[in-house]
Amino acid sequence: MSLATIFQPALGRLGLDSLPFWAMVQHPTEANVINGCIATGAASIVVIGLIVTVALITKYHKWGVLWSEWLTSPDHKKIGIMYVVIALVMLARALMEAWLMRAQQAFGLGGGFLSPDHFAQLFSTHGTIMIFFMAMPFLTGLINYVMPQQIGARDVSFPVLNSISLGLTAAGAALVMISLVIGTFSTGGWFGYPPYTEANFSPGVGPDYWIWALSLAGLGSTLTGINFAVTIYKERAPGMKLLHMPLFTWTALCTSILMIFAMPPLTVATAQLALDRYLGFHFFTNALGGNMMHFANLFWLFGHPEVYILILPAFGVYSEVISTFSTKALFGYRSMVMATMAIAILSFTVWLHHFFTMGQSANINAAFGIASMLIGIPTGVKIYDWMWTMFRGRVRFTVPMVYSIAFIFLFVLGGMSGILLANPSIDYQVHNTVFLVAHFHNVAVPGVLFGMLAGYHFWFPKAFGFRLNERWGLISAWCWIFGFMLAFFPLYALGIMGLPRRTVAYSQPSYVPLEIVAFIGAFLIIAALTALVIQLWVSVKHRNENRVFAGDPWDGRSLEWANSAPPPEYNFAVIPVVNGRDAFTMAKENGTAYRQPDRYVDIKMSKNSALGPVVAAIGFALAFGLVWHIWWLVILCFFAAVAAMIVRGFARDTTKIVSAQEVRQEHRRWLDAVADANAVSHADETKSVNQGRAAQVPAGAVP
Amino acid sequence: MRREVIRHPGLNLGPAHGEANEAAQTMLFGFWVFLMSDAILFGMVFASYVTSVHATAGGPGPHDLYDIKSVFIETLLLLTSSFTFGLASLTLKYKHSQSRLIAWLAVTLLLGIGFLGFEVHDLLSMIAKGGAPSRSGFLSAFFDLVPLHGLHVTAGCIWLICLVGQMARYGLDTKVKLGILRLALFWHFLDIVWIAIFSVVYLAGLT
Repeated sequence: MSLATIFQPALGRLGLDSLPFWAMVQHPTEANVINGCIATGAASIVVIGLIVTVALITKYHKWGVLWSEWLTSPDHKKIGIMYVVIALVMLARALMEAWLMRAQQAFGLGGGFLSPDHFAQLFSTHGTIMIFFMAMPFLTGLINYVMPQQIGARDVSFPVLNSISLGLTAAGAALVMISLVIGTFSTGGWFGYPPYTEANFSPGVGPDYWIWALSLAGLGSTLTGINFAVTIYKERAPGMKLLHMPLFTWTALCTSILMIFAMPPLTVATAQLALDRYLGFHFFTNALGGNMMHFANLFWLFGHPEVYILILPAFGVYSEVISTFSTKALFGYRSMVMATMAIAILSFTVWLHHFFTMGQSANINAAFGIASMLIGIPTGVKIYDWMWTMFRGRVRFTVPMVYSIAFIFLFVLGGMSGILLANPSIDYQVHNTVFLVAHFHNVAVPGVLFGMLAGYHFWFPKAFGFRLNERWGLISAWCWIFGFMLAFFPLYALGIMGLPRRTVAYSQPSYVPLEIVAFIGAFLIIAALTALVIQLWVSVKHRNENRVFAGDPWDGRSLEWANSAPPPEYNFAVIPVVNGRDAFTMAKENGTAYRQPDRYVDIKMSKNSALGPVVAAIGFALAFGLVWHIWWLVILCFFAAVAAMIVRGFARDTTKIVSAQEVRQEHRRWLDAVADANAVSHADETKSVNQGRAAQVPAGAVP
Repeated sequence: MRREVIRHPGLNLGPAHGEANEAAQTMLFGFWVFLMSDAILFGMVFASYVTSVHATAGGPGPHDLYDIKSVFIETLLLLTSSFTFGLASLTLKYKHSQSRLIAWLAVTLLLGIGFLGFEVHDLLSMIAKGGAPSRSGFLSAFFDLVPLHGLHVTAGCIWLICLVGQMARYGLDTKVKLGILRLALFWHFLDIVWIAIFSVVYLAGLT
């Protein structure tokens, strides 16, 4: 970097041409106008959404509450909820992009309406968002909310670090959002392969947005992984051995371990690409000794464990949901734990199957192909365990259960196509076609997304104190299920017919009918999203009829149901003592649940800290400055970040005491509510008579 | 009580261990986990270097650029700084005076800064000999690995100064003690990474 570049104008690369409608105003050709209108419309949604949010908060005077109750809160429950909010907002954006892509391909015979560049941005942002800013925040949010309660802890081990992780993820998400309004996003796909993403071929800001959004999110996830793993190892309630932990906590542990080990390769890959682009290094360039295969190896060394980071917590949710709504202990608990661990370990041995066709010898491909197929074994064990859990149980078809059963059917299909792809000789035939797109959506949508949505429905009453509307939930679930099948099953056929992935237009008329079917599926998925929004609206409106303050609406089995809904800040007035699996079910059977302790003690909790939102703001501004080459902003933010850490080091007064008196009062209020609540049978749990206390069935009786 | 002592050989948090020890345990365990993650980071950068070592693209290679004498001095400085940090830890453990602790930390800091000075000099003279990172894949990988370690040492030096600052303000409270324990881990970790760099980059490069 020469001195001249440092003293560029204060706005760096920013200019009027960074606005989405500029090209259309300057050169109003038909294609420019269509693409400009779509891009400007999308940008307007972001800007208007932001203005409306700010206006509403100002109107209801909620800035103070937002700051002191949410943004600065170190409470794992609030941080979890904020993660899920990010995930849902980003889900909405990425789904609209998906719909637009299906529309383009449905009309793509001989052209369509989107420019290739615009289409490339759509699939790049769709993938980046769905992985890093939808699935990751969603699972991190669920684990944050649920895991500490499942192990009987008051919070995670490092509450303020947790808030920093959230800040980093939020900054990354904001960066992707602002790329809609200012400049353009990468066109290099969600894995951004160089040399295409190098400065020679993509001189614009797109790959830079991608690099820094991923760097922020990746750093946040590394810290989250450390935090969760330490929490699970160190903060379990007395008596809870590792093999007493609920399965969701087990999957959270495996996911955390994967985050700790798999995020650094991503950090290195994006940092080296940044060095190439900013300082003229030659890691992945074509010339002067660069080698793009290094990027492929590094990226997928992260990328493959990443897909298990995504799927394992979903497996955890399914385990909890299926066991709770089958009214049975999980079948084959030990085999489940071992299968989860086996998947976590095997996930590091298969990365090469993402590029079978990129020049290794046949023997290397064979070794990685076999390793990939091996993953089917522990996954198969899990599927059988879930089925045996349902076998002879009294299965209740609530919304989370519908998602779980759909998952079992659809995920097995996705797994089968995975086994096909794991065979290098088959992969050579269908690689880079939409067959692959069908495969990974077939595992990601019914696997990850259905799991996250099942978890959202399952734990929502715990988090907010009222149940979600069951009817709209079922409508949404069925729209998701059929929408998914219509949108992606045709892609298997299209892939075998030879349609390459990421195709903006094609000349083969025989593709059209299946593309239309997939487009109809996209409509159903949008309907599913709409139903989710309506469900939330209806549920909030009728919240008073569906309150479950007593805290146990589904006759839950693990400790997160053993407190009020929503729980107090410190989760448990008295830390429970555990001596087996399904601790809360055991307590309810022994009659030790809802007991009033002899005495209460003061509880020490973390104080609020502004560090999280400060890191978010600095991280965002730093990344924005880097993207647009606004060097003064970069330098300023760098020193601000260092200063923030140093100041935090000097902080001493970081804890507060919740007095025993307060704890007693709150606990009493809850116990009284439990005593007053109807004991509701399973048949009535989805009706407003459910106040959060489950009727206990005598041992041996048919529930 | 005896069991507590055994669980915490390096720590001297106060007369009654108990709760402070529990907190220390979590904090230090967390830092170990972070170091594991950091070790993977270095591992990846090492892998990058090892696979790029022949990608000199006709430019200068290890024999043209590395100055083993200077690197050997760096190595001695860093190893000695690890030793002096060990003495600081012992001073902390056996409750010697705070001024003695600060003295050992100061020696460590000076050695660290000396190491950085030699390293910066090395890197600049490499660039002067035509070995800039933009010259070849090999040099890119080199300038990713060695300065990454240097940046870590810089961060360690800043952290050390901050800890001394905290000590000046609050005395030797639990938080400062925990900070010193973690910085010690970090410092020794960087020492081990440097030994790997010395062997893999410099010794192997010059054979």
